[in-house]
Amino acid sequence: MFEDMVTARYYEERLQEEYLEGKQPAFDISAGPIPGELHLAAGHEAAAAGVCRHLRDDDTVTAPHRPHHVAIAKGVDLKRMTAEIFGRQTGLSGGKGGHMHLFDPDVNFACSGIIAEGCPPAVGAGLAAKKRNEDSVAVAVLGEGAISQGAFLESLNLAAVQELPVVFVIEDNDWAISMPKDRITDVEDGSRRADGFGMPGVRVDYDDATAVYDAAKDAIGRARADNGPTLMEVQVHRRMGHFMGDPQSYRPDADTEAAQERDSIERLADDLRAAGVSDDDIEAIRERAHDRVDEAIEWAKDQPEPEPADAHEDVFVNPPSGVTTDEPNHELAESEGDD
Amino acid sequence: MAQQEPQAVERELTMSRAMVEAIAHEMREDDEVFYMGEDVADYGGIFDSTEGLREEFGYDRVMDVPISETAYLGAAVGAAQAGMRPIAELMFVDFFGVAMDQIYNQMAKNTYMSGGSVSVPMVLTTAVGGTYNDAAQHSQTLYGTFAHLPGMKVVVPSTAYDAKGLMHNAIRDDDPVVYMFHKRLMGIGWMPAPDGPKTPVPDEPYTVPFGSADVKREGTDVTVVTLGLHVHRALEAAETLAEDGIDVEVIDLRTLVPLDTETVLESIGETGRLVVVDEDYRSFGVTGEIVASAAEERLADLEAVERVAVPDVPLPYARPMEDEVIPDAEDIEAAVRRTRE
Ligand SMILES: Cc1ncc(C[n+]2csc(CCOP(=O)(O)OP(=O)(O)O)c2C)c(N)n1
Repeated sequence: MFEDMVTARYYEERLQEEYLEGKQPAFDISAGPIPGELHLAAGHEAAAAGVCRHLRDDDTVTAPHRPHHVAIAKGVDLKRMTAEIFGRQTGLSGGKGGHMHLFDPDVNFACSGIIAEGCPPAVGAGLAAKKRNEDSVAVAVLGEGAISQGAFLESLNLAAVQELPVVFVIEDNDWAISMPKDRITDVEDGSRRADGFGMPGVRVDYDDATAVYDAAKDAIGRARADNGPTLMEVQVHRRMGHFMGDPQSYRPDADTEAAQERDSIERLADDLRAAGVSDDDIEAIRERAHDRVDEAIEWAKDQPEPEPADAHEDVFVNPPSGVTTDEPNHELAESEGDD
Repeated sequence: MAQQEPQAVERELTMSRAMVEAIAHEMREDDEVFYMGEDVADYGGIFDSTEGLREEFGYDRVMDVPISETAYLGAAVGAAQAGMRPIAELMFVDFFGVAMDQIYNQMAKNTYMSGGSVSVPMVLTTAVGGTYNDAAQHSQTLYGTFAHLPGMKVVVPSTAYDAKGLMHNAIRDDDPVVYMFHKRLMGIGWMPAPDGPKTPVPDEPYTVPFGSADVKREGTDVTVVTLGLHVHRALEAAETLAEDGIDVEVIDLRTLVPLDTETVLESIGETGRLVVVDEDYRSFGVTGEIVASAAEERLADLEAVERVAVPDVPLPYARPMEDEVIPDAEDIEAAVRRTRE
């Protein structure tokens, strides 16, 4: 868990540096080495790490627009994910998807930029597992802002009536872009929405990875044992703006500072020390994580950009005749599983 | 000399300022007008579409709503049917899918299904367009989708002057209006606009009537019909072509429903050559519609026709691929040249 969290935090610090290159002094979203929007998850790591620790490669995870920490905890190929974020030909999607649309079928990971839209596919993955009598489970991760969305509420109901092996994980960071939680819901504890669907709901009030781990163990265990879905909510914190370049003028400074003070990574490090893990061992984990991230970023930056003509491919797996696919080109990069 | 010019003509606004000015004016005039959407109050709209409105009108009339497009766009329909004049913002047009039923089965059809006894005087504002590498779920233009489905008027400004006049008209219209603004034209700090959308804008309110295309550049050789961001790309192409003695007329449709085919046909009568440019997908869209109308009415005049649009692929993320699929000034220039071969 600790390693996943440290990896995710450092990964995003590095991405942030790279992203801002070429976008200074005046921020221009379409300049610099990383295209498009970038949503970083600093402050969310505990939720992903604690949940994904219980998952296998054949379990499905659908993540939202803020996906990196979840992808890392799920074991998505870090190099190819990074190449995707840099818009390179050897990225997970050959540069077509980008940071909000990471797909790694090897570990059954996907994400989407449309709010709450990962919920129905997670229900579908649970449905497939149930129909095939397999014990894999599906996890849908979403923000507290997303739980007003129809797709979420409909998915809870479908998963409940069909008793599907799905765990819904709400990352509650108190903000949906500029909208504070109290302006968009009258129910402070999002996990209580489970009551309306006849499924268990549990809230982890503090971004304590160990507490998340324990709660997720129950929920995922229940799903794996064919005892139906669970709704989990984890309090996390948004340490930065909604996306890179967000001036956050709507947000009180004190709120940002408070979020930055509650550092789930430092907290877990303290817990590890208290449990007898030496500082050297903790440092070694950090170093290993940093090396892996640096290596992935260097690798990704060396990768070629896609050819313009690549844009025409992949609309269909089985293109109808007459549909342009300008000559099939490159081999997909070898997924270096051990990146 | 400067003193004799009316102030209004000197003052230039960005497209977003011009839109907001019209909205603020209508809100002052009519208590029934209100604005709702995600991040429209404190943020002022992700693309500055409501900048400053909350400060003047407060949270009651500039409402942040939960992320629940079906609920709040449908609520706008209900409030409009109750006689209010809501403006509801769908942050990116790409998100229409989560709420399309309220849009095309309610907002757009209730007048018809009620035999004309119900009206839905609302405006649906939404951001369109790519060119900033945000990939397939945040870069679509979708002009054709909304114009294809009957019952909604569809407005696409390309300059601050048009944006203000069209917004006044949209709010006052008793029918539902979909007002599609291109992010790249708004004049937001983090997404530099091309030269062009920032124009002189009169202080006082005025309307730009729907169904009046605007000839943004007169020319005698080739007619280029387009809208939104691509008006500016077409004008850029026209400047280059002028150096080679090719005189291009650029027509900005400004509204798709109603569509001003008259202006297009007249121009074709002069030039005999038609290029239609659209940032939406090529098939079943604006380019096909304009070419079909031209063929129906002026087949004899047409010497050459070209379409420039996004090939039928979702918008890719990486720059070389996005640049490949979104038409630029060179693509337009090449198409114009092809009509003369
Ligand atoms: C259907 C839809 N509506 C609106 C958006 C724009 N949007 C992107 S992120 C976001 C806020 C999400 O808040 P939350 O779910 O709390 O997640 P967080 O960003 O805080 O992690 C919004 C409104 C979208 N992507 N999809």
